[in-house]
Amino acid sequence: MQAATEKEISYKGYVTGFVSSLFLTLFAFWLVNDYTGASMPWLSKQTLTLLLAALALLQFGVQMVFFLHLGASGKPRWKLLVFWFMILTVFILVGGSIWIMDNLNYNMGMTPQETKVYMGEHEGF
Amino acid sequence: MDQQEALLHEQKNRPKLLLGFWLYLMTDCLLFATLFAAYAVLQIGTANGPAAKDIFDPWFVLGETLVLLVSSFTCGLALLAMQARQKQQVMLWLGATVVLGLAFLGMELFEFISLAQEGHGWERSGFLSAFFTLVGTHGLHITVGILWAIVMILRVNKYGLTPPTTRKVTMFGMFWHFLDVIWIFIFTIVYMLGVL
Repeated sequence: MQAATEKEISYKGYVTGFVSSLFLTLFAFWLVNDYTGASMPWLSKQTLTLLLAALALLQFGVQMVFFLHLGASGKPRWKLLVFWFMILTVFILVGGSIWIMDNLNYNMGMTPQETKVYMGEHEGF
Repeated sequence: MDQQEALLHEQKNRPKLLLGFWLYLMTDCLLFATLFAAYAVLQIGTANGPAAKDIFDPWFVLGETLVLLVSSFTCGLALLAMQARQKQQVMLWLGATVVLGLAFLGMELFEFISLAQEGHGWERSGFLSAFFTLVGTHGLHITVGILWAIVMILRVNKYGLTPPTTRKVTMFGMFWHFLDVIWIFIFTIVYMLGVL
């Protein structure tokens, strides 16, 4: 009954995906909660931001592999190909937007916060 | 087309149909990417209103996240039961997914209504507009997913685990797991980095 491109899904895979997602979520939450409680002076905000981004990407990978069975389909690997094209587009879209808006602030000769204050004071926003 | 022929047709086209649904999910990722980009850009535009750290309760969000994660797991259990051809178990786990999905949706609506009542609605600032659009779009997907799961339970009950039904339940499973994947980024970017 199973189609040629679908492999058997396993109970073990789902438990692995669930437990690691749970762990990664709780770890990220614990880091943020402890940090805002000011009990981690050794951790800079930038490092923590990068760490949280890494944890999110890791959980993204875990759920893609164990829940959405990325890479489990047969050849040719259309599923994987489309996935990487999506990642590329997301990168251009989100990275590009942030880049452009940063450049805009740079050309204003102000940081985003200063732009905000300026807009409030001079433009009445 | 007689029944035998329809069955062959279904089996022959199943991989294509599932790939087609995967294409839809990937384009939906792009929809969310535009909303995330808008949120990243508008985040500082609080217009002297509240910022993320003033209005979000990390413990409440952790609760939402865990409910959704468990629902993703029960959805996986439904797919496993379907593979083992246990009709009652499929309906049971899909039912659990619906209940958890409703709990998640209820929590999200509670958060939205509380914010609006405190005067922090989407009209307050660019930041709140972007927040409500991003998280609201996810909530809308969840609503559709819940309705879909209910239809699937009724379908499994009426027709049993026939090939068209198992394909549709598989598609629902992909959809539901996908929504949990999007939530990872909402949890991290909007809430965790927000309250930092």
